[in-house]
Amino acid sequence: MRTVIRKWFWAWEMDKEEAWLAECAAKGLSLVAVDFCKYTFEETAPGAYQVRLEMLPESPRHPESRKYLEFLEETGAEYIGYVNRWVYVRRKSELGAFDLFSDLSSRAKHLGRILSLLRVLMIFNAGAGIYNLCIGIGFPSTVNIVCGCISLAVMGLLLYGYRKVDKVQKALKREQQVFE
Amino acid sequence: MQNNFQPALTEAVYYILLSLLHPLHGYGIMQNAEQLSGGRVRLAAGTLYGALNTLLEKGWISALPEEKDSRKKEYIITETGKTVLKAEISRLTSLAETGQRIMDMEQEDNEK
Repeated sequence: MRTVIRKWFWAWEMDKEEAWLAECAAKGLSLVAVDFCKYTFEETAPGAYQVRLEMLPESPRHPESRKYLEFLEETGAEYIGYVNRWVYVRRKSELGAFDLFSDLSSRAKHLGRILSLLRVLMIFNAGAGIYNLCIGIGFPSTVNIVCGCISLAVMGLLLYGYRKVDKVQKALKREQQVFE
Repeated sequence: MQNNFQPALTEAVYYILLSLLHPLHGYGIMQNAEQLSGGRVRLAAGTLYGALNTLLEKGWISALPEEKDSRKKEYIITETGKTVLKAEISRLTSLAETGQRIMDMEQEDNEK
């Protein structure tokens, strides 16, 4: 039987999302399909699978991404699906611990991809916010002022997420100076 | 002036090069590295994929022609890779010997 759960995670909440998916897997709900804010699960033995997610440098349909996903499948992982540039993979727990990254530099590099995405979104929202506020105050237009404020609020939220991810990446880089 | 400086290899790269003294595919490398290190080193697939691509670019390993009916690509260490591996083993040996000598001297001083 399939179960659909709708849930929202921010781009910087990857660990939280993985922990939630692990919690579901422990209850016997294994992820079989993903869509925007939509998770489809199938009933399996509790803890049968471990799920991981990764933000790829390119679209999952890009040939380089396809090669990477094929490589993951060679190592026993099953590709579940993707949302934007995020891919979801799972592997049977009986094959042992399942991680996509096992060293500090590849973890830091992955966080760098998330930071790049957040930077682009922040610049876009800051631009849209300032533009709308200038138009709104100049003409004046309440709609533009409201849109401008919303864009700046979103930018503030993205900045909060950026700082959280940046802090983790910096900590990993500090560790790298000692351990790798 | 030629720069002969070679930074220390990461543990992942070290075990990948050691594993590829014989042809192996991705999952084989992961299993071999774990076995060689007595279960201490577990290479995750994403990390391994990035490292393999870097090593291919550097010419330290090469991909073997894919066999029919097999989706799994196999890799093998190159002569350049073997030279790098030997240099790393020599560096690690020197590192361990120096460490042991200093620790022994320290112990002797403490015993006096």
